[in-house]
This record gives sequence, structure tokens and C-alpha cells, in this order.
Amino acid sequence: MAEPQLEVAKLSVGFGGDAVVHDVSFDVRDGECLALVGESGSGKSVTAYSILRAVPPPGRILGGDVRFRGRDLRTLDEAAMRAIRGAAIALIPQEPSSALTPVLTIGDQIAETLVAHGRADWTTARARAVELLDAVKLTHPATRVRDYPHQLSGGQLQRVLIAMALSCGPSLVIADEPTTALDVRVQAEILDLLRETRAKSDLSLLLITHDLGVVASMADRVAVMCAGRIVEEGAVGDIFRTPQHPYTKELLASARRPGGSPRRAS
Amino acid sequence: MPLLEVSHLTKRFNRRRGWFEAAHVTTAVNDVSFSIDAGETFGLVGESGSGKTTTGRCILRLVEPTSGQVRFEGEDVLAFDPDRLRAARRRMQIVFQDPYGSLNPRLRVGAIVEEPLAIHRIGTAAERDARVDELLTLVGLEPAMRLRYPREFSGGQRQRIGLARALALNPSLLIADEPVSSLDVTVQAQIVELLMDLQQRLRLTYLFIAHDLRLVENICSRVAVMYRGRIVEMAAVSSLFGSPRHAYTQALLSAVPIPDPSVRPHRIQFDESRVDITAPLTEVAPGHWAALGSG
Repeated sequence: MAEPQLEVAKLSVGFGGDAVVHDVSFDVRDGECLALVGESGSGKSVTAYSILRAVPPPGRILGGDVRFRGRDLRTLDEAAMRAIRGAAIALIPQEPSSALTPVLTIGDQIAETLVAHGRADWTTARARAVELLDAVKLTHPATRVRDYPHQLSGGQLQRVLIAMALSCGPSLVIADEPTTALDVRVQAEILDLLRETRAKSDLSLLLITHDLGVVASMADRVAVMCAGRIVEEGAVGDIFRTPQHPYTKELLASARRPGGSPRRAS
Repeated sequence: MPLLEVSHLTKRFNRRRGWFEAAHVTTAVNDVSFSIDAGETFGLVGESGSGKTTTGRCILRLVEPTSGQVRFEGEDVLAFDPDRLRAARRRMQIVFQDPYGSLNPRLRVGAIVEEPLAIHRIGTAAERDARVDELLTLVGLEPAMRLRYPREFSGGQRQRIGLARALALNPSLLIADEPVSSLDVTVQAQIVELLMDLQQRLRLTYLFIAHDLRLVENICSRVAVMYRGRIVEMAAVSSLFGSPRHAYTQALLSAVPIPDPSVRPHRIQFDESRVDITAPLTEVAPGHWAALGSG
């Protein structure tokens, strides 16, 4: 098998006091989707942001290795890291409404990514923004490109963020709860888009989520996090059919029967 | 007689986008009718902007409805003068979605739970004190926690505090507006467990407002689906989830992700242009109502 896209080994991250991520190890292989699953405070987002060295202070990586296509991301200088962020490794953030600046058009924000990474001049980048918006199936991309974020719905904004993530041709995309803020029908559309994009451009996807319904429809493999540790990891079919860890079992039971055992009034 | 009867409830908001622009009218709730029997858990579901939250607030007159009727325990809520309304609100309470924003951060938990009793001038200070202890115990918290502040509690615990406060005046109807949607699934299960336990013990009736269809399927007896301010379908949970009749309900249910990787759900798209969303509800099966129009 080819070298994994991403190898995380014994990663520990702390915020001043005790570590909140302990000895976390996992790989994301070429073209696969690994879901990092856990509840709030489990350390799944901190783990994802550590890969990009973007943990907000006072957060700090305490130890471990992060290798992306063989390169050690922990020892790269900041300029080299900036060249990777948003280009080879792209991030789709959770809250589409706060991830974009309100004062620039969506077209300019996509173009800015291309210009900042030296992929195009402004004229070419603006034209490319229209193509990207078309690729993520935003209707009327040629006029929409001049819209400001407040003129778009949550689902449309998430499409813009996906377009932005894809702009520099990443090989790994980290999606942090990409559909949590969306209504269920819009969520289904965005998941379809992510699946199609992955199939088309052979992307690896690290999907951060708490929703096992989303995991079941997207992931090849699953790593379950609880209290800063990975408690179980395996192929998606195995995790859902034969979970081993009690916490995985509890999560699955809650997902299958939200609210606990059925108690419909007679 | 139903405990709560809502008929032809309508709420329009006038929104002026700029000083010189004409007012823009949004009909958030449009001719909504349903009734809830005592002891029932009635689910009101819909996507964001469907009008489900506004419907709940109109019932309590936290938002004044534009027209329609709300009858609670047989009395016309919309005709109440302020004094009667205040008295009626002892019997109808609300639990909010956001356990972080809905509790006053400057008050200790004891004061938060006691506040409704103080406002309604119920009991002496000592009696209210004892009642706060009783309420905290009822929702699974320690009486000693009354001395602490909301920020010291987790989301699930804060939702318990909000519930203790809502129960302080012995309501018969509790409107729960997305009470667990900001909580983790394992915590959701604990709060739902508590809600169901309290329903039995205190003979409560719930209007459960939610966007999580699978949660509603699991805990409600009847459910109404709202779309763009209207109820498009209403039925017993087994009937609605088992054989949804309205195209919108079908699309909504088909979009819910299934926690089983071996199932590839068949998704149904909803094309609003092919459905008359103003069609009145008709009874398509016993107790199963849908706005199917002539088609």
C-alpha cells in the first residue's frame, strides 16, 4: 500500500494545564475518508487543528509526530506551513456564517486564496472563482460571485467554503462538522457534494463529526475519541456491526435511538 | 376537552429593511390549528424558519399573534388581560433551547429557580427556600448546588436548572423548544429520560418543538410537520413516520442520515412548484391529516 497521506503518531496537545489530547495516533490513507468521532470536549477538533498547527493559544502541541506525505509538519518553518494550509491541506470549518468576512464578496474571498498561494493573478483568480462556484453547484455562479456572505443561505455559504477549500487542489481536506449547522435536507445535499468531489478528485478526507448518521454515509474508517484519546478504530462496517469499546456502543445506541429507549405515550 | 387548542393561529411580522423602503410582511405562522390532550407529548417539527418556534411563543403570548385563537384549559388565552395572562402563565411554561443564554449569569442557581415563585408572590421566604431544594432534587441536582452560578455547570446540568425553574409554579403544559438540540447525544438521552419521568410524576403535557425527526419519532405520541409557516401534515407518530403522505414530509424523512453504513437511503426531492402549499389539511386516514390539495 502507498504511504498514507497523513500520519499522526502519539500526538498530545495541552492548554496550559493537563493535556486535552493524549497520545493520539491515526493514519489517513490515500483517497479514503477517516471519520474522527466524538462528543464535545473529546478533543476531536483540537486534534484536527493541531495537524494544521492552528490550535488557538494557549493551546500547544506537547509531543508526537504529524507527517503529511512524508513531511514532518511539526518542524516546518511558518512560511512552509502557510504554503500547505489552504493549499495541500484545506479546511472546511463548522460555522459557515462566521468563517467568511462580511465585507468582501464571496468571489474575492475565493480569489484571495488563489492569489495568496501564488496560483493566479487577480483577474485569472476571479474567473477561476466562478468555475469553482459552478463546480460546487451554486446556481448562477457568474452573478453570485459578486454577492456578499449575508446574501447567501447557510447551505450556499457551505458550498462557497467547499469551493474555497478546493481552490488550490488539496490532496487532504479536513472537514470540521461541515453540516452540523444545516437543516437536514441541506445537510444531505452538502454530503452528496462532498462525496462527489471526493470521487472526482481523489481527495482524502478527515471528517470531524459527532453524528454517526453522517459517519455511516461518508466514512471508510472510523476513529472514536473520548476524553482526549482514541478508544476504538476500525473499518466503518466493523465499528457499526461489532463495536468493541463500551463508549462506542453507547454512542451507537444513542444514535439509533435518540433520546434513549422508546417511550411513546400509549 | 383538549388541554390546549390552537385554531387558525397566524403571526405576521412587518419588517422595514431601510428607512425609505416599504414594510415587508413575513407570515411566520399561517393559519395553524392543532390540539393537545392532557398527558400527551405533541411534537412540532420543521426546518429553520418554518415557524415552529414562533408558534410556541404565540401560545404563551411571548409574541402576540396577529389572529387566531388559543384555548388553554378551555379559556381563551388571547382575550386575557395582563393579570389573567400572568396567572395563566403559571400553568404554561417554556424551556428554551440554549442552556447557556437562557439563565441569568449573575444570579445563583437558587435565585434563578426561586424567581418565578418570588414574582408570583408564592409562599414565605422559608417556604420558597424549601421549594427550591425540592425542585433541584426533582431534576436530579443536589440542593447544595443552589449556591453556585450557571457558568459552573455543563450544558446538560444547565438544562436541568432551566427545567427546575419552569416547574416551579406547577405548570400543566410545558413548551419545550429544542430542549436537547445543543447537547451531546449521550446527554440528550439523560435529559429526555428526565423529561419523560417528570411527565409521569407530575402529569405534564408537552409541546415538544424540534428539528430532530428521529428524536421526535422516539418520544412523541403525535406530530405536526411545519413548512413555511403552515402545518402540512399531522398524525400519530407511527402513522406519520410509517406512511408519510405529504411530499415535503417524504423529502424531509428521506434526508435524515441513517446510522447504518449498509443502508443507502433513497432520497426524495421536494419540488415546491408542483405542490399547492396553501391546500387545507384533510383527513387522509383516521387521525392522519395532510395538505394534499386536489392532486
